[in-house]
Amino acid sequence: MPGLEDLYREIVLDHYRSPRNRGELPPPAHRAHGFNPLCGDEIVVYVDVEGGIISDVRISGQGCSISQSSASMMSAAIKGKSEADVRALVRRFKSMMSIEESTEDGEIEPTDPDSLGELAALQGVVKFPVRIKCATLAWNTLTQALDEIDQGIPSAE
Amino acid sequence: MGEKTLDPCAIRADFPILAGRGPTSSHPLVYLDSASSAQRPQSVLDAMDDYYSTTHANVHRGVYAIAEEATRRYELARTTMGRFIGAPLPSKEIVFTKNGTEAINLVARTFGERLGSGDVIVLSEVEHHANLVPWLMLAESRGVELRYLPMREDFTIDLDGLDQVLEGAKLLAITGASNVLGNIPDLGPIIERAHALGALVLVDACQLVPHRRVNVAELDVDFLAATGHKMLGPTGIGVLYARAALLEAMPPFLGGGEMISDVRLDGFTTNEIPWKFEAGTPPIAEAIGLGAAVNYLESIGLEAIAEHERSLTSYAIAALTDAFKELTVFGPAPGGADRSGVISFAFGDVHPHDVAQILDEKGVCVRAGHHCAKPLMRALGVGATTRASLYLYNDEDDVDALIAGLGRVHELFA
Repeated sequence: MPGLEDLYREIVLDHYRSPRNRGELPPPAHRAHGFNPLCGDEIVVYVDVEGGIISDVRISGQGCSISQSSASMMSAAIKGKSEADVRALVRRFKSMMSIEESTEDGEIEPTDPDSLGELAALQGVVKFPVRIKCATLAWNTLTQALDEIDQGIPSAE
Repeated sequence: MGEKTLDPCAIRADFPILAGRGPTSSHPLVYLDSASSAQRPQSVLDAMDDYYSTTHANVHRGVYAIAEEATRRYELARTTMGRFIGAPLPSKEIVFTKNGTEAINLVARTFGERLGSGDVIVLSEVEHHANLVPWLMLAESRGVELRYLPMREDFTIDLDGLDQVLEGAKLLAITGASNVLGNIPDLGPIIERAHALGALVLVDACQLVPHRRVNVAELDVDFLAATGHKMLGPTGIGVLYARAALLEAMPPFLGGGEMISDVRLDGFTTNEIPWKFEAGTPPIAEAIGLGAAVNYLESIGLEAIAEHERSLTSYAIAALTDAFKELTVFGPAPGGADRSGVISFAFGDVHPHDVAQILDEKGVCVRAGHHCAKPLMRALGVGATTRASLYLYNDEDDVDALIAGLGRVHELFA
């Protein structure tokens, strides 16, 4: 039976206790709101995209240690990256969470968790499948924000 | 009839999923989530299995022997349920649905069909989404106005302004027992006031009927919703009680076979009540299972169950709050007005998902989330709570296991 130490690793608890990039961004930053279907977590992602680069990101909302630490690690990992790199990172993270999503060319990229830096600490989540939704909440909300920006859809109220 | 004291240990032996899985066993199952769904005793499983193995046939239409027997068992389940809640006409005033949510939707779609803009429905802000969303949908589709009784600081429903709020209302839809707070409103006087002011009353009794004696005739309630799987019955069976005169006046809900009398290419006439509201092949085995669940509850005795829950809930809340100063209970304290065995709490800043995860390591099952009551979560100022709920098969060992598990949460997260 998988142990809790697989789930609640030091880095995870650190990001939970001291989440990075908390707060809001004023317009014209884009705002996207996500709810965990495993109810009880709520994430708001604010993202500034300039010239195809994620120039700034903030996270607000409330939720469990997995959803909040994942959001915090995500925010640190995407700042300064291009949108294409961020989308690739989302796919690799979700692949680590056992969610296979192909690229536009129809390819599934294999993921080496060690290539994900701090995010590798969330590997243990796959042993607790119900918590995968907690780990991916911020990432899905980020994807929603990027999709809305690309399609010219304004932030929801 | 003597005072029976309930023996949870003997009761657990009747439940195959619980037998031999106490807190100290090798694969413990400390089931504290009956408010979400209760477990089934062997007698319920046997009743359903026997039906399928010996006499399954569709009901109400077969001339042959096993069809007659199937029909007899199905209708017996109906009258058993009706008598359990004191319905004056148990064979006519009990409609089987697939769950409690569907029972309330049935009323919203049929009785609610007759309402329009300017009509008022009164709810409370502590309702489960099942007794909220159907009315929100009615507000959108028919322009009905919704008013809400707020929650007080002591977690009871604020009835001080009841007369003003009910002014001109057609319906009051209110919980019989909150699935988050555990409070049990004193329905009799509320229903009396509502009737005096011209409003009908619907009670969402899904959390009440499994735990307390309910008598719909004494309460004088107009509509009451209950669900089988929270009262030791199977999933897939819900119950709507409604006065015969109301059922006669309401248009049908779903259309199809069973609920008709005559069908031509240009129209149809409806069947008599209650079948007018049961379209298609009903959940026959599930209804029979529900009948067996009622018999099981009656064999233990609802008074014994209520007494057991009251004393165990007092023990639990005292033990929880003594052991952890960071634990706050959302709900009335025991010892005052009656409250159920539903105990929602916050454990410091630890999120309910994490509390529930760590408790799971010890086989302790609690629920984490918003419990289908998002407006109530907002009123409480939280995103989610952890909820433990007690039923007839729980005892002090279960509560102690919960406390031991919370000790581990405290170690990891404090």
